[in-house]
Amino acid sequence: MNEIIEILTELHDDVDFTTETGLVENGILNSLDIVAIITEIDDRLDVQIPAEEILPENFDSAEALWALVQRLDEA
Amino acid sequence: MKTSNKIIRASALIIPLLLVVAFLICATPILQPKYITASPEGSLTAEYYDAVKETKHDVLFIGDCEVYESFVPAVLWEEYGISSYVRGGAQQLVWHSYYMLEDALRYETPKIVVFNVLALKYGEPQKEAYNRLALDGMEWSETKVGAIKASMTEEESFTSYVWPFLRYHSRWNQLTAEDFKYAFSDKPTVSDSGYLMQTDIVPATEGQETPRPLVDYTLPKAAMEYLDRITKLCGEKNMELILIKAPTNALAYHWYDEWDEQILAYAAKNGLAYYNFIPHAEEMGLDMSTDTYDKGVHLNVYGAEKLTRYFGKILAEEHHAPDRRQDVELSRVWNRRVAAYNERKTQMASVSQSKINP
Amino acid sequence: MSFTSAAFLIFAALTLLVYYTVPKRGQWIVLLVASFLFYWAAGGGYLPFIAVTILSTWLCALGIRRRDRLDEAYLAEHKADMTKEERKAFKNGAKKKKRPYLVGGLVFNFAILGVLKYTGFVLGGVNDLLSLFGDVSVTVPSLILPLGISYYIFRSTAYLIDVYWGKTEAEGNIAKYALFVSFFPAVLQGPISRHKDLAPQFFTPHKAEWSNLTEGGLRVLWGFFKKMVVADTAMIAVKMIVSSPTKLTGMYVLFLIILYSAVIYGDFTGGIDMTIGLSRMMGLRLAENFDHPFSSHSTQEYWNRWHMTMGSYFTDYVFNPLSISGPMKKLSKWSREKLGKTVGMRVPVYLATLITWFLTGLWHGASWNFIVWGLLNGAVILISRELAPLYAKFHKRFPGLREKAVYGGFCALRTFFLMGSIRILDCYRDVPVTFKAFGSIFYDFASWGDLAGGKFLHMLGLELWQCVVIALATVVVFLVCHRSKTKPVLTEISERPWLLGGVCALLIVIILIFGSYGIGFDAGDFIYQTQF
Repeated sequence: MNEIIEILTELHDDVDFTTETGLVENGILNSLDIVAIITEIDDRLDVQIPAEEILPENFDSAEALWALVQRLDEA
Repeated sequence: MKTSNKIIRASALIIPLLLVVAFLICATPILQPKYITASPEGSLTAEYYDAVKETKHDVLFIGDCEVYESFVPAVLWEEYGISSYVRGGAQQLVWHSYYMLEDALRYETPKIVVFNVLALKYGEPQKEAYNRLALDGMEWSETKVGAIKASMTEEESFTSYVWPFLRYHSRWNQLTAEDFKYAFSDKPTVSDSGYLMQTDIVPATEGQETPRPLVDYTLPKAAMEYLDRITKLCGEKNMELILIKAPTNALAYHWYDEWDEQILAYAAKNGLAYYNFIPHAEEMGLDMSTDTYDKGVHLNVYGAEKLTRYFGKILAEEHHAPDRRQDVELSRVWNRRVAAYNERKTQMASVSQSKINP
Repeated sequence: MSFTSAAFLIFAALTLLVYYTVPKRGQWIVLLVASFLFYWAAGGGYLPFIAVTILSTWLCALGIRRRDRLDEAYLAEHKADMTKEERKAFKNGAKKKKRPYLVGGLVFNFAILGVLKYTGFVLGGVNDLLSLFGDVSVTVPSLILPLGISYYIFRSTAYLIDVYWGKTEAEGNIAKYALFVSFFPAVLQGPISRHKDLAPQFFTPHKAEWSNLTEGGLRVLWGFFKKMVVADTAMIAVKMIVSSPTKLTGMYVLFLIILYSAVIYGDFTGGIDMTIGLSRMMGLRLAENFDHPFSSHSTQEYWNRWHMTMGSYFTDYVFNPLSISGPMKKLSKWSREKLGKTVGMRVPVYLATLITWFLTGLWHGASWNFIVWGLLNGAVILISRELAPLYAKFHKRFPGLREKAVYGGFCALRTFFLMGSIRILDCYRDVPVTFKAFGSIFYDFASWGDLAGGKFLHMLGLELWQCVVIALATVVVFLVCHRSKTKPVLTEISERPWLLGGVCALLIVIILIFGSYGIGFDAGDFIYQTQF
């Protein structure tokens, strides 16, 4: 979870990612950020997020993103 | 939901829609052109029905403006006792002519059918407007369905003939008092037994210019096919078909010798009489400085009367068109038509006169 | 059989009648038969093409389903004995095994689309090149382009990808699947509904419900109003301006931007209203394709609101997979190392954006004007993204401005004109001509003189009343759309019986009298149908 927050904060240091739950819906993250996040997660956590998982509900909060990473890692 | 509510709900939709239907039913005849002051040619097709219900005809003319501006049934009656009618139309193409004949056969079987050959030069629909002039006034029957299908240009739709509102919906800003006045009541007749009178005199000015040569002088196949159908129909119903070419030969509507040869051949092959009046213009006394209303393109009433007398003689003597002046009932009808014709002539001539000497 | 033809109205009415009289289990069969009749009427020669697409994507999807079931069964049996790594490896292996079905289906169908739609364009380009070397050329074959091919291929390939991703169930019954691809209200111009949203609706029973019939019917009428009163009337002027790009310049091009916006809006949203309305009358909910596009404050927002089902197709199936694909990830790594983080991060995304917009342009039509149109859209989106920090600074300086209605209006107008300017590429269909015409707005001020003399209307080929009709109808559309942002006006109307009857009656009369149809009005076809 911490890694996720770290990755997100590197992109936008002015957002409190522990509380924000509308990252995509409120337009904080754009496609540029999403791609960056996916690349970073691949690099640091060795989890590959496939295209079909690029859904607003998976990226709307740090928590949702963490859940996604765990689910993918669980296999 | 309660039944009463359902009824209210349904009627709240149905009543306004019925009002729309009522509105459209009323609007259609208002929007349709009346063809009285402007484009009176559009009234020709419809006027036939009243006439044929009154009396039958022995001679029926079909063809383009060269029939309805050239032959005067009133004169044919007065001079030869021939009962005739002109079912011509503005730029009446051959298929129009065919269906006009077929349409007439629903009411009568004339002895002689006279067809003017100029329109044979057109092998395909020319202009939507002429289709409407020819077909809007036709009574609904299988014949009309066939006529519409044969005539439609690519941009037209059959639906717009069934419901002319679709064609004339944008006329709302061109409506005149005439449109309202005659939307639901009978229109005045514009023709005399299909003859559309012109009393102006506008002399021909053209010299002996040579007409533009054509690439191909063959009369279009589609046109000749319909001529065949006319010939066949006449044969079946035992009607004599006479081909004619009106004596006018203005540069813009030139009748080429090459065409004439084809018609001659066709007439010979089918045993038909063919009269090309162009070389006989002088003989019948036509003078293009007084007998035309549009510089020689069409005849005016004075020219038409001369031509009619000339052709009437041929009809009576060579084709035995019956003289029915002994028929009391028929004479009554025709005397009234002749009187109406004379009255129109006097009235229109004075209008024409006043145009020259205001 | 155009939507606005009498034949289609009768066809749709009969279909509805039969649809609600047959036993509910057979309703989908009625739709299938109607859809094939409709497509057959559009052109009998097109049928084999849509059939091949249906068959191929259906088979590939079944292939994927079979592999999925085998692998799931294996996993269920052996899951306990496998380590996490083994499971991961197995899943990756499973994905690889079903990939040939996906790739095969996609390649085959896009090859059909490519050959039929783009051969002429490509060979034309080849000939242009060859002409540089002398008098040689290849003959450009004339191929038939089945109506709606761009739409049905998108709909079926989206299905195939969704099956591969496990987002929708593969359909076992080919007849049922054929209905999803060929459903007649949507076959020619979308919306591109997703299988999991639309298909199940076909196979649930539908009673004739008052609300569906009235709201759907009202929406159909509303579509007719937009298409025939607004779009087709404005189209008269658009055609006039476009036909003389060297004479009608300056002010006329500015009017072209406005008028063509009205045309494309009325034509496309109107057509979709008819599609969605008619489907609604059958109790089916299709995906919305527009969400007040002209209220957008930015290009990005505009594309989230305009032709939404196409936009989401490109996002989900092109941009997303492309931007996180293996090569892109490699490129991303490389560029971040070489060019630094700020620039490096952008390279893959920007490249993916431009590729996506290039393809979007190409999808709209096989010619350069559409490609340039697509790339310009992509460029505008990227530039405005780069300007975002600047905007942020600006708004920090003037707090509260963003919330002001005036500023919102300014942004909407700016986006409207920006999009409209790019869109006229679609009118002239020629890139240099378009740029020249557009440029003339900024130097040909003499053209404004025509406004005073009344020459203006004559040049546009419009009568005064037609201008009044366009203007009033546009105001009505604007007001209805504006209000619909908070309250759906059509729903409101259809809930009040007398109001519904009155509005329907009024719309019918207005459409029939003021609509541009019949002789003298060269309208009819939908823009988004004919070129696809």
